[in-house]
Amino acid sequence: MPASMTEPIDSDVDLRVPAQRGEPALPVLGAIALGGGLGALARYGLTVALPTPAGHFPLATFVTNVSGCLLIGVLMVLVTEAWTAHRLVRPFLGVGVLGGYTTYSTYAVEIHGLLRPGTVGVAFLYLAGTLVCALFAVLAGVRVTRWIVT
Amino acid sequence: MTAVLVFLGAAVGAPLRYLTDRLVQSRHDSLFPWGTLSVNVAGSLVLGALAGAGTAVPHTVLTLVGTGFCGALTTYSTFSYETLRLAEQKAWFYAVMNVVVTVVAGLGAAVLAFGTTSALLG
Repeated sequence: MPASMTEPIDSDVDLRVPAQRGEPALPVLGAIALGGGLGALARYGLTVALPTPAGHFPLATFVTNVSGCLLIGVLMVLVTEAWTAHRLVRPFLGVGVLGGYTTYSTYAVEIHGLLRPGTVGVAFLYLAGTLVCALFAVLAGVRVTRWIVT
Repeated sequence: MTAVLVFLGAAVGAPLRYLTDRLVQSRHDSLFPWGTLSVNVAGSLVLGALAGAGTAVPHTVLTLVGTGFCGALTTYSTFSYETLRLAEQKAWFYAVMNVVVTVVAGLGAAVLAFGTTSALLG
């Protein structure tokens, strides 16, 4: 079977993967909490570095989400296809750091904030632009990493 | 102080996403990523409610619960990865529905919660 058929669907946790069924021990939850905190700090740092004036394209969240999607693609190929990773690597980096770094709630609330007369176009550009770039980013992360490691 | 609040909120939100995802998956055997959809909609609902409440919410609460907790409870990376994996497995309908349902339900939750709290407190 090609590698692309045996990997999980869900990068956070996929109970179809036998090794992940009995996983939630304290070290796993601790790794996720620590990673999540660090990822969220990186996201917060980007919002400070790239402040978005009201009515403008939320560049910080866009950059966060697209870069996080590229990195989850790279990480998942490395831990499921290339390496036999330590059991805390995916919980820490994937579920924790990248899950805490990227966000859906801010994206949704920012779109709602832009749905005002005069900025509806920005709202749709942000909505669709993030979706398209995030999906291409995760595809690029997976394909390029597979090409390098196999 | 702000950084500490972001970290603490996220240190609760990220494990809660993982535990919720496990719980949802253990209840059914569908290929569709209901677990991630659940946390993304729930987080959008809470953040929408906070945003709608405006100045009634202290800045510390907004940082702890909004930026930290909701930010880490929800995820874009898992959502994108799942969509790609569904497409790679030729589950095209699920891949497209994951995008459509996540956008509609997540945005709907944020709009609904914002409207509710801004009507009550605004």
